[in-house]
Amino acid sequence: MKLGIGTALGWVAIAAGSLLTIAMLSRFERPPIDSVQAGFRGTGMVENVNPRLLAALQAANVIPASLPALPAAGPKAGQVYKNVQVLGGLSVGEFTRLMASITTWVAPTQGCAYCHNPANMADDSRYTKVVARRMIQMVQHVNADWTAHVKETGVTCYTCHRGQPVPSRIWFNDPGPPRAGGYTESSFGMTHASAAAGDSALPYDPFTPFLQNADAIRVQGTTALPAGNGMGIRDAEWTYSLMMYFSDSLGVNCTYCHNTRSFGDWSQSTPQRVTAWHGIRMVRDLNENYLMKLHDVFPPNRLGPTGDAPKLACATCHQGVYKPLFGVSMLQGFPELAHPLQPAAAK
Amino acid sequence: MAEYQNIFTRVQVRGPAYAGVPMTRSSWMRSNEPFFLHLFGRLGDAQVGPLYLGATGLASLICGFTAFEIIGLNMWASVNWDPVQFVRLLPWLALEPPAASWGLRIPPLAQGGWWLMAGFFLTASVLLWWVRVYRRARQLGLGTHTAWAFAAAIWLYLVLGFIRPLLMGSWSEAVPFGIFPHLDWTAAFSLRYGNLFYNPFHMLSIAFLYGSTLLFAMHGATVLATGRFGAEREVEQIIDRGTAFERGALFWRWTMGFNATAESIHRWAWWFAVLCPLCGGIGILLTGTVVDNWYLWGVKHSIAPPYPAMWGHVVDPATLAGGKP
Repeated sequence: MKLGIGTALGWVAIAAGSLLTIAMLSRFERPPIDSVQAGFRGTGMVENVNPRLLAALQAANVIPASLPALPAAGPKAGQVYKNVQVLGGLSVGEFTRLMASITTWVAPTQGCAYCHNPANMADDSRYTKVVARRMIQMVQHVNADWTAHVKETGVTCYTCHRGQPVPSRIWFNDPGPPRAGGYTESSFGMTHASAAAGDSALPYDPFTPFLQNADAIRVQGTTALPAGNGMGIRDAEWTYSLMMYFSDSLGVNCTYCHNTRSFGDWSQSTPQRVTAWHGIRMVRDLNENYLMKLHDVFPPNRLGPTGDAPKLACATCHQGVYKPLFGVSMLQGFPELAHPLQPAAAK
Repeated sequence: MAEYQNIFTRVQVRGPAYAGVPMTRSSWMRSNEPFFLHLFGRLGDAQVGPLYLGATGLASLICGFTAFEIIGLNMWASVNWDPVQFVRLLPWLALEPPAASWGLRIPPLAQGGWWLMAGFFLTASVLLWWVRVYRRARQLGLGTHTAWAFAAAIWLYLVLGFIRPLLMGSWSEAVPFGIFPHLDWTAAFSLRYGNLFYNPFHMLSIAFLYGSTLLFAMHGATVLATGRFGAEREVEQIIDRGTAFERGALFWRWTMGFNATAESIHRWAWWFAVLCPLCGGIGILLTGTVVDNWYLWGVKHSIAPPYPAMWGHVVDPATLAGGKP
């Protein structure tokens, strides 16, 4: 009898241990983990890299081969073709090369007809063409006016699209999972597994307040004693969720930007935090002035659960890498995307 | 193979079940016939019961059950009464305190009113249980050390969920009921108030927490290690040489030059355990009320060393010309 109970307890322990091991293996990263010191010794400002996962990430972030550049000489696209509103200043050669490149970047399997009516290439009847035109303007705007974030590396269509008509990591306003409603507790925007914030119970839609609207992100006081900082603990949870999303989007730790002993202190932060600060403003600008403005152009199946337009955020370009495509610039081969072009005389 | 060596043994020796010393001055009696469970005997005493519930115990259980139901049913409602999602997401679910805009007013049930009600019943349950612990100790003619140790934990609980929110003027500063959410809350609390590790009462609380585990390990190890010499008879052994008690004392004098006594080690343990939540509660109470950023407080009082600038001078872009916060 005693032996029976002891054996039973042993089996229960083995079963529980096995289950825990399986749970851990499914959630944790297998070694090796290399660490790279980034800050002053003792501050824990270290980036952790798993070479095995890094190799896979690098393989997934190789830029595609560019078509050979064509001369800028010759007649302008705006003079030869009809309805060229944005790229009319390019030569026909440059224009054709860019169109072919965009096809491989955005719609490689669908081809030209994804945006164009093959019977009349100038026709604007397909919504994808209207969106694409605005997106070309957006890329030019980013490269010309947001160098504080994209520097000289810049972006192209491929930075987000990666061979897909719709970039994989876009976001919509998230009303959260359905609740019973009535007299039961209403939604506080949190306490469900948050995919944006690393599956924590933090707010599941940090995008809408911070990257669509411009709610205040800073929660820490700048004085030792209370001096009218109105932010509360719940505000900190929203900021925390946003920061978890940043971390996940760039594949970095908190310490990539912050000295964690004092998150808010700029004098102890890294220069990357300044870059990120501009990135937040850039994302707000692009969502407000480009993507949300296209709301009426998109068909209903491209809109979110609340009927909002698709929007971008950090992961849309970064895709888990601290610099999109590991900092390799595709823009150098496509100078026509570096800034808005002078309009050519329309035909 | 079990071996009977001394009174400290894992062998279960069973006599007739014993109902305990006679009760006086009580309208309730201990109930249930005592019985034996072998598995319980592996962890503690094999005898189960008799149980004394009493008026405070019954009231405490009812209040506790009410709070449990309010929290659990609201969690279930938050997944639209889906039983599968309820089980899957249980660690993520929570009953959240009201939004900051409600201040200390009583919001509608769906806006945090349930949280207030659950907090009321849980607090009533805990306080009633405290009364029960106190009165059971007096009934047996014991000191009330257990009740006061429990009170230290209740102090921390009340500071977190009631006293500090009152001082801050908002229920939203209180802790949610939920497994992961209360942990997220803890992290957010430290983030909002500039790193709790620079809070000296947090430091003390951690010292007493780790100290408690150390003392517990030292004491438990000493008693088990001297059991083979009959350490359970420590009081009789105190005046003799070479006994289990003297060997235990000698062991610590050899290894660290000092030993606690059979009496004082329990005062050490009691105070370390009690001071952990007591200091922690003070640290929480000061946060946001008199100190807003513990790191800057630490700089002001020279407990946070400066580090050399690694990247030149990084400036808040919001303070530069043309910058928007």
